[in-house]
Amino acid sequence: MSQEKTDFLERSKTFWNPGKTQDWQDMGIDLVIDHREKYYLHDMDGRRLIDVHLNGGTYNLGHRHPELVEVLKAGTSRFDMGNHHFPALARTALAEALAESAPGPELRYTAYGSGGGEAIDIALKTARHATQRRKIVSIIKAYHGHTGLAVKTGDDRFSKLFLSEDTVGEFVQVPFNDLNTMEDALKRRDVAAVIMETIPATYGFPMPEEGYLPSVKQLCERYDTLYIADEVQTGLMRTGELWGCTKYKVQPDIMVTGKGISGGMYPIACVLISEKCGGWLKEDGFAHMSTMGGAELGCVVAMKTLEIVQRPEVRSVVHFISDYIRSGLDGIMEEYSDFFIGIRQHGLIMGLEFSHEEGAKPVMKYLYENGVWAIFSALDPSVLQFKPGLLMTQSECEELLRRVQIGIEQAREEVLGVRNRRSIH
Amino acid sequence: MEPQIRTLVDISESQASLSGRADIVLERARWASYIFQRFDKKRTMKIVDAVANVAHSHAGEWAEQVVVETGFGVVSHKKLKNEFTAKPLVDYYREQDLVSMRVKEEKKIVEIPRPAGVIFALIPSTNPISTLNFKIILALITRNSIVISPHPAAKKSCIDAVRILTEAAISSGAPEGAIQVLETPSIPLIEEFMSSPKTNVILATGGTAMVRAAYSSSNPAIGVGPGNAPVFVDSSADIALAANQIVTSKSFDNSVLCTSESNLITLTDVDKPLRKSLKNEGAYICNNNEVVQIRNYLFHPNGFNVEALGRDAVWIARECGIRVPKKTRILVTPINSIGIEEPLAREKLCPVLSFYVANSPKQAIAQSRATLRATGAGHSAVIHSQNERMILDFASRVECYRVVVNASCSLGASGFNTNLAPSFTIGTGFYGRSSLGENLGPQHLIHWTQIAYNSDPSVAFGKFNELSLSLDGPLPRSPSDGVPGSPKSRRVDTTSTSTSFSIDNVNREELRKLIAEELKNVLKK
Repeated sequence: MSQEKTDFLERSKTFWNPGKTQDWQDMGIDLVIDHREKYYLHDMDGRRLIDVHLNGGTYNLGHRHPELVEVLKAGTSRFDMGNHHFPALARTALAEALAESAPGPELRYTAYGSGGGEAIDIALKTARHATQRRKIVSIIKAYHGHTGLAVKTGDDRFSKLFLSEDTVGEFVQVPFNDLNTMEDALKRRDVAAVIMETIPATYGFPMPEEGYLPSVKQLCERYDTLYIADEVQTGLMRTGELWGCTKYKVQPDIMVTGKGISGGMYPIACVLISEKCGGWLKEDGFAHMSTMGGAELGCVVAMKTLEIVQRPEVRSVVHFISDYIRSGLDGIMEEYSDFFIGIRQHGLIMGLEFSHEEGAKPVMKYLYENGVWAIFSALDPSVLQFKPGLLMTQSECEELLRRVQIGIEQAREEVLGVRNRRSIH
Repeated sequence: MEPQIRTLVDISESQASLSGRADIVLERARWASYIFQRFDKKRTMKIVDAVANVAHSHAGEWAEQVVVETGFGVVSHKKLKNEFTAKPLVDYYREQDLVSMRVKEEKKIVEIPRPAGVIFALIPSTNPISTLNFKIILALITRNSIVISPHPAAKKSCIDAVRILTEAAISSGAPEGAIQVLETPSIPLIEEFMSSPKTNVILATGGTAMVRAAYSSSNPAIGVGPGNAPVFVDSSADIALAANQIVTSKSFDNSVLCTSESNLITLTDVDKPLRKSLKNEGAYICNNNEVVQIRNYLFHPNGFNVEALGRDAVWIARECGIRVPKKTRILVTPINSIGIEEPLAREKLCPVLSFYVANSPKQAIAQSRATLRATGAGHSAVIHSQNERMILDFASRVECYRVVVNASCSLGASGFNTNLAPSFTIGTGFYGRSSLGENLGPQHLIHWTQIAYNSDPSVAFGKFNELSLSLDGPLPRSPSDGVPGSPKSRRVDTTSTSTSFSIDNVNREELRKLIAEELKNVLKK
């Protein structure tokens, strides 16, 4: 490590976040991201990493996508964040673009947050207003953000520390893929909404079983509960369709998108709200306010992102990448079948399963050493989140697989303490 | 109220936007080409035949569409061209295997075909469907992806045709994106495609400016120059037959083929009988005043009047105020000189044929060379003669790469009625500032990896004849877990231990403990 980086890390610990800075050093990840472009991160000491973490899909289109940079620059000649009290050109234009591409015709209004957590809070508040109920059901090990309400829907790992966990029983958690428990939670007809990541990301992308999500939606309808789809990580063409819930034939009452919606160029998150849930917008439109929520520059970038991801070419490239990476990973899995034991996949959303409960951590470390950045699932560290970008080229994918094969081989060797099988033959 | 998509900040003309639009099309093409290269001959030819059949069956319909859209050409002739570039083209190349490896025992060399990858193909307005048929089929035969850039004047017809051909290709197994069409061709966007590192080769058929731009793009390009074919009728020729061939060829599709005869050169003793025979075939020989009128109409200070492009002889005569019989097929304009001072000696993509009488065969050849100096270098020429010496002298002196003998040049130089390779891209070679001297064929769209053994006779050559390339075909579709009907994700069965693994006897729980210990150590590091 360069002296420059050592000095910088000290400053990071002193002035920014000592715990987080140190934890990464302890895990063997001394990354300080400097220059970034396409699907590459360049560490401040010059190493290049292929990014398959993409900050949960924020960088679906790659880092600093030239068209997003251009539209942001051009946008600054006319717009700034805007004044959130007034009708705004860009906010309405993006709302129309979202309504046009929404997973169902009922989703008409868009309310804005400055980030995903705020957007989730808006979604939950909207559901509570619409149903006049307080309870929210989410999935065990769910993750929807860190703001006031959002943090209560998730694992208490993030709320207890701040004495912010639910103490009055308004937030109920049920196991994923378990319809009976879900029904038990809903049948007292006191639940405002079920909030559901279409595929729970931070839990390592466990895949919904066939029929699970549509059945949850049916249960919601039966008990007059609203269905909120958190499409922050599964939306924007990662599944080969614009919204993941469309693939599972679910039309949510409220949908949240964030992260990738503005390609990492300007913070914005959006809540799509159906006519029947949007009562507060008529009753008291000033009820939720956010100076930076729906910043107009963010809207301009988000409109361009939506346009890009919906190009027909992108859809086929996503299929090519999904098939190609899968086929390569299958080969690697065959080679190290005692360690790399499964792949959860829906399009470009992948979770690589390892045979040990914390197996994804050493894999992350060895991938890092081999020039690939992928992160373990915080709430299930046996699974590595593996999220290739939407626009990766064949040679980038080939390069990625080449490095992943070596990284997994090395991680396995260290974890299992055995030489590669090929050398035993 | 319905939602509208509105662009508040328009960046469509920016460099970033142009590059982005080109990039995603080319990237899809590259992925398609990667998959396509995994296809064997049988799988490839299934696609080629499906596309050729569809092209063939739409030949007439598309000919009509193009004539309506561009306003020029002859439907029945375009239909012929469209058919010619469908099934017969495929049959011509059917036996030429450009997919499998070839073993050259005697040279101890094995050759593996390596497709170019992504072809960017410019389509002219004059022969749009036939050219796009031709280029698409060549691309498919060689397992390349192709992006078609239609001429704006024939855009709609081209886009419709490419869509139908693409459907045929995909439904017979071609990878998505193997054929694409540029729906909004503009010069800056085309330049973006041409200069992109994701384009492997440009096939430029069209105006000189485009062809030069292709060569300046920094990418490999096969561009061909314009034609201006001299046709020499010497004293030994069968005059009646020559006249018949010339008029038929010159009037074919109203002379929009670059292989069409442009300047008729003959000798004093042939002059009168040839004029008579030309008239018999439906040619109208203009008088001096009419020649002036046609010259002024066809050539403006800035060049050829595109209004006249592909119009029929009667239409042009009317525009020039000349009364001609209704059945007139071509207009013949006698001229007294060839060279810079005579615009009528240049390429005329309409049924107007200049007519020059030389004093001697030597002068006729000199004048033929002069026509190609003006324009059309490296392209085509014709001779009507029974004298092989004359044919040889003519052919070896005119600066072009194909000389058609006693046949129509339109159809002969492009391989319709000669044994030249059937082609809608006629290489104009070094004379015509092109990288290609022959008629474009599929062989120009691949290179070969050569496996070479030591030539010393004592070194044995490998047994390759029993082998073939590992061509695995399309990739299996990846799963969409949880979506009914999606392929299932595989999961390694962790209860069975692998035979080659050295810790077979350790039970699973113990293994877990071991791993946990190891892992702790790893994570402590």
